[in-house]
Amino acid sequence: MSFFAADDLGVSFGGIRAVDGVSFAVDAGQVFTIIGPNGAGKTTIFNLISRIYDPTDGRLTFRDEDITRVPPHEIARRGIARTFQNIELFEHASVLDNLLLGRHAHARPRLLQELLYLPRVRAAERGHREAAEKVIDFLDLQAYRDSLVVNLPYGVRKVVEMGRALCTEPALLLLDEPSSGLSVEETEDMAFWIQDIRALLGITVLMVEHDMSLVGAVSDRVLALNYGRVVACGTCQEVQSHPDVIKAYLGG
Amino acid sequence: MRFAFKTSYDHDLGLFRDPVQRRWYAALLAAVLLLPWAVPDYLSDVSLVFIYGLCGLSLMVLAGFTGLVSLGHAAFLGIGAYAHVFFLQDLGLPWVVSVALAAALTAAAGVLVGLPALRMTGVYLTIATLAFALIIQEVFSRWERVTHGLKGRPVDKPVIFGVSLASDTAFYFLCLALLIGGLWLTANVLRAPTGRAWVAIRDSEIAAQSMGVHLARYKTLAFAYSAGLMGAAGALFAHRIGFLAPDIFSVLLSIQFLLMVVVGGLGSLHGAIYGAVFVAMLPVLIAQMRDTTPQWAGHVAGLLGRDAGAAAYLAVDRFVKQPGLEPGIFGLILVLFILFEPLGIYGRWRKIQLLFSTFPLYKRATFRRQKTYMRSERLR
Amino acid sequence: MGCIYGLVALGFVLIYKATELVNFAQGDLLMLGAFVCYMFVVWYGVGYWVAFALAIAIVGGFGAVLDATVLRRVIGQPQFAVVMLTIGLGAMFRSFASLTWGSEIYTLPTPFSAHTTRLGGVTVSHEYVAIIVGTVVLCALLYAFFTYSRVGVAMQAASQNQLAAYYMGIPVKRMFSLIWAISAGVAAIAGVLLAPVSLIDINLGFIGLKAFAAAVLGGFGSIPGALVGGVTIGLIELFSGTYLPQGVKDVAAYIVLLLVLAVRPQGMFGTVGRKKV
Repeated sequence: MSFFAADDLGVSFGGIRAVDGVSFAVDAGQVFTIIGPNGAGKTTIFNLISRIYDPTDGRLTFRDEDITRVPPHEIARRGIARTFQNIELFEHASVLDNLLLGRHAHARPRLLQELLYLPRVRAAERGHREAAEKVIDFLDLQAYRDSLVVNLPYGVRKVVEMGRALCTEPALLLLDEPSSGLSVEETEDMAFWIQDIRALLGITVLMVEHDMSLVGAVSDRVLALNYGRVVACGTCQEVQSHPDVIKAYLGG
Repeated sequence: MRFAFKTSYDHDLGLFRDPVQRRWYAALLAAVLLLPWAVPDYLSDVSLVFIYGLCGLSLMVLAGFTGLVSLGHAAFLGIGAYAHVFFLQDLGLPWVVSVALAAALTAAAGVLVGLPALRMTGVYLTIATLAFALIIQEVFSRWERVTHGLKGRPVDKPVIFGVSLASDTAFYFLCLALLIGGLWLTANVLRAPTGRAWVAIRDSEIAAQSMGVHLARYKTLAFAYSAGLMGAAGALFAHRIGFLAPDIFSVLLSIQFLLMVVVGGLGSLHGAIYGAVFVAMLPVLIAQMRDTTPQWAGHVAGLLGRDAGAAAYLAVDRFVKQPGLEPGIFGLILVLFILFEPLGIYGRWRKIQLLFSTFPLYKRATFRRQKTYMRSERLR
Repeated sequence: MGCIYGLVALGFVLIYKATELVNFAQGDLLMLGAFVCYMFVVWYGVGYWVAFALAIAIVGGFGAVLDATVLRRVIGQPQFAVVMLTIGLGAMFRSFASLTWGSEIYTLPTPFSAHTTRLGGVTVSHEYVAIIVGTVVLCALLYAFFTYSRVGVAMQAASQNQLAAYYMGIPVKRMFSLIWAISAGVAAIAGVLLAPVSLIDINLGFIGLKAFAAAVLGGFGSIPGALVGGVTIGLIELFSGTYLPQGVKDVAAYIVLLLVLAVRPQGMFGTVGRKKV
């Protein structure tokens, strides 16, 4: 069984089939990219995986478990983390607080213990802090550790968002347009980080991307989507030269 | 500029940023402990400030930190007050047990309100809490056996472990102790995963869910904790005002609590205290104003002649002595704060701090909100 | 009574559709309308219909001014801040009313008072008939206005997508002021219609809270829903007064409100909105 698979996934909003019969499989340790023109349903697939939407048909399997109907807050515990296209950080908290929240999936909050701040709680907090610091080191966020998110530039926020997802210690990381809004240097940094995430942290990456240079640099397999349907699937070269894909992007 | 040299993570985990801050708070504690000997006449007023501080804390947790605005918190105060008096005077339970039970009962009521709240967003939740408060007020009037209905019921002074705390000083220390306890408990929760989850829910529910925060559980917890604090405050409130009647716990009181939280500064513990001081001092200020403004107006107009002065005095006097003025002033202050100082008193204090610490590089835009166009997609 | 709730709920819904704000001061605008009309009729001896028109004009104008000066600044702030703002404004209106007109209770003489007709075996007072007729006429007018007139369509556009409306050359700010004026005017009409039935005093505005229930029941984004909700609440109150124990009648509206919010937050006709990620 593959690490993560979507089987005949479909969702309708009103009369519109946003995602229709999409099937793909991701192997462990891969970087799998979904490309497609705007409105093709890529972020909708992510929302389905994060269980923000309910699919009307199809199945999602992760590590041999059916996650099609799992409640949204369970997803992080199972090892799937995501970033958002329009950054969903906690604006009035510091970067460190955002990252610490990413640790929530591994925290076992007990109100009564926390009220008294027992030593057990303190030790757990220390552990979370160490884990968050590791992510800060990995992403070079030391300079921004105590800054409020609302004061940070866009590129840094994107990195913080990825850091927060990494703090969850996921097995599968969903990146929604990681390079949108970034400059050329920042996109190169992002490429290196994605490669490091795969190589050093052993995390499988499923990403949605528009920037073909980034796609070509890091992806193992690419899926092309148009109007909610799969158009092509294969290596980057295969997909880019596929006639249907060219038609979808360029028309004719 | 102050540089903090940190040697371990425990530095950040602690309640105080650095030893200097700790010394300031110790000084504050000493001042508050010595207050009864400094101003013995105003002790019951200050006790009320402390009780309001607890109320503000409760609403701050719910509205400021979790983002669930409640217009019905006076109802929780009432539940706590009536329950405590019932347990204490009708059932004869010891004081500590009675307060604990009253707080627990109010927390349970909070869960009851919280459950439907899970499915509501923003304004709907506020409306729902308002409806809840109105229903509870009606229940207070009708449930004669427990609350003595509209006749009201008198409350005795507290007696803890056999020690009577009838004196103002003793009650002052009791309120102070409970306030400090409440602050400590809340500060603890806020630096732990539960508190962070609450803040996450306020800022972005969807992201919080993706990070594994069980929305329903944490929202209910927020309601329960907030209501529990309010219940404890209710017990103290009952003793302080000495006489319970249903119309005390009105929507106006809930609005005053919200005012407290907004004026103090949403999202900070300090804000709750500043707001409490403000709201408790406001009636006193208004009363003072009632006495002094007519004279003042008379003097100013008197520059134009004695008749003008007398006329002005009478006119302003009549205006100011009207009973309906108080809610108007509350409303006006609320409006002004929201328009011009949305971060409240604490926010203004932070801006001043920032001004001094980054002088001359201070930028006003640090605190300015971005202009947003309303779209239904942007529902928060 | 249901129609009164419906009218006030209509005002809520109008403002919500346009500006995504909930106006907690709607009930107090109703109260102001009633007082202004009373003032003209009793203090200045003006005829009823003229006073009616004046009340609508004054309160409507006041609503527009309110929007231009105060409410415009809070666009974009979190909903909570705006809620607090309107609550504060409502309190100020109540205070103003008690200062200007005193805190006693007044009655408003109208051409309908003390007339009744027999309708199918039930004696109906003309005041109630006036309420129902007035509501129906008003709704028809508003419906026609929004659907067919240029200004009405422009308002709908401005409410659905502000930025696009700006691009299309619609004077959005003036539209909003106009909507506030209409909403305030509707509240004033409701106030004047209500005045003969219930007595005028500064707490008249608390009827706004029950109208909330109506607006929520009907669905906050839907104009016909507001009316249907209002009538439904009126009926529910009537029946709970007759069949259920004492005191439930007063809170029946709120219980319904809670139930609706818990079970079906979008009410009967509303739509659920959700943040798009």
